[in-house]
Amino acid sequence: MNATIGPVPSTAMPLRFPIPVGGVAGTSFKHEHLAAILADGPQAGFFEVHAENYMGAGGPPHRALEAIRRDHPLSLHGVCMSIGGPQPLDKAHLARFRGLAARYQPAMVSEHLAWSTHETSFFNDLLPLPYTEATLRHVCDHIDEMQEAIRRPILLENPSTYLAFAETTMSETDFIRSVAGRTGCGLLLDINNVFVSATNHGFSALDYLADFPLSCIGEIHLAGHDEQADDDGEPLLIDSHDGPVADAVWKLYEIVIERCGPVPTLIEWDSRIPDWPVLKAEAAAAQAILDRREMAELAGDRHAA
Amino acid sequence: MPPEPVTFAAAFAPALLDPMRAAPPVVTGPNGRAVGKRYDVYRNNVTVSLIDALAAIYPAVQRITGTDFFRAMARFHVRSYPPTSPLLFEYGRDFPSFVARYEHAQIMPWLADVARVERAWLDAYHARDAAPLAPAHLAAAAPERLADLVFTPHPATQIVRSEFSAVTIFAANRDGAPVSRVDASTSEDALITRPGFDVIVRHLPPGGAAFAARLMEARPLGEAAASALDASPDFDIAANIAGLIEAGAFTSIAFGDA
Repeated sequence: MNATIGPVPSTAMPLRFPIPVGGVAGTSFKHEHLAAILADGPQAGFFEVHAENYMGAGGPPHRALEAIRRDHPLSLHGVCMSIGGPQPLDKAHLARFRGLAARYQPAMVSEHLAWSTHETSFFNDLLPLPYTEATLRHVCDHIDEMQEAIRRPILLENPSTYLAFAETTMSETDFIRSVAGRTGCGLLLDINNVFVSATNHGFSALDYLADFPLSCIGEIHLAGHDEQADDDGEPLLIDSHDGPVADAVWKLYEIVIERCGPVPTLIEWDSRIPDWPVLKAEAAAAQAILDRREMAELAGDRHAA
Repeated sequence: MPPEPVTFAAAFAPALLDPMRAAPPVVTGPNGRAVGKRYDVYRNNVTVSLIDALAAIYPAVQRITGTDFFRAMARFHVRSYPPTSPLLFEYGRDFPSFVARYEHAQIMPWLADVARVERAWLDAYHARDAAPLAPAHLAAAAPERLADLVFTPHPATQIVRSEFSAVTIFAANRDGAPVSRVDASTSEDALITRPGFDVIVRHLPPGGAAFAARLMEARPLGEAAASALDASPDFDIAANIAGLIEAGAFTSIAFGDA
């Protein structure tokens, strides 16, 4: 019954928001918060949604997204394109993505350095890939194809991972830098993912960030994680998006913002979702860091003049 | 041509939904450390998120069976029939027939039909928006040509036929209200519509499902009425057509080629 949606430009959708949106904090948009958000009136921040949740033909999801989009910039975050997989991208999915981007005119569009489909099975998880010349070619081809399909650049998000591939020949930061260089895509730096992967693989998050091409960052993600243990009883962090941002991740965030200036920042919270005021307060904490950096920049400019 | 080398994805994927398989040999922990629990994170993410997806699509079924029963049943389904679309709201179309075959659900022969109603509910929820037919349009049709009228179904409209009290059981278990004992043995056909943004599930009177099904196949009103009277001699044509229109089952009417 769910026909593929085509590009359906809505006449009611004003294109009021410039790209980029600047140093503002946003949150994941969850339907259970719609009434509270609308009651609050227009927010200064942006909202991010998982693109796939709005790929149905009609109904309440689109009504909710239209209500949010009327007064706020939107970030369209794809989680299922399977860019990191070896097989060709799903053409129907690309067409749906293009239709959604045309309809809602998001300020930002992003996808993951990961894969989720193999042959005909969709695994609904962000699965890891080895970093080699061969996978680099595939990823670049897929990003070229997606950017061509939606007619705009995307932001590619660094993954959180729990294991590594024996065949990997390059570092994740080298891989990501090459992808950005070859495809012209921007980057979505998920600082929680950096912290989770650094812990899980035993590398330094600060070294990773020092090596990350910060000039390509178009958005930052912050989220909560969970702690388990690996086979040796060592900490294994799980990218669970089900709680507040950890103190260590806030610290890394301040360091990144200090280095690269204010960047749109998302508080990502996808399960065990709190009441709207809790999520809003988390975004306000990020906004305070962004504002402080903005003030420092202004003060510096004055000083220089 | 030489065979394609096995890709990392082909090596990584098979054990995701098969707990009997070991973690693939192509992956490792840091400094060669064990990878078992690390790979299990992915296995767990895949399995749990897909079970959660079925629980979100079939909340009444889960309420009836209890969470542990449901999740065990859903785990079997997820492992045998993983989704083929990245759109999770499309998942689980074959879950009702799986439930019908599931050994431990045989004592609840009506459970699969409740699942069918829930699947139809979600399809109606995501269906294309369309304005339902206004009753005035039917009132304006010339009475002598009513039998030739052909109806266009609304994109959300569906019918689920059941030999059991599927609609009553669905309704009793879909919200959080306390459930009292339900007689499951009465045959109930469901009409699922979404005239605005709220999905409606109604119990069709005897003959109503045959009637609505014929109309949805674009058969003329006269023929649909004959089918309904065949199924149920007491069938009330006027009340049924009014009920269908009021529920938003159609978007437009036209005179057929007759």
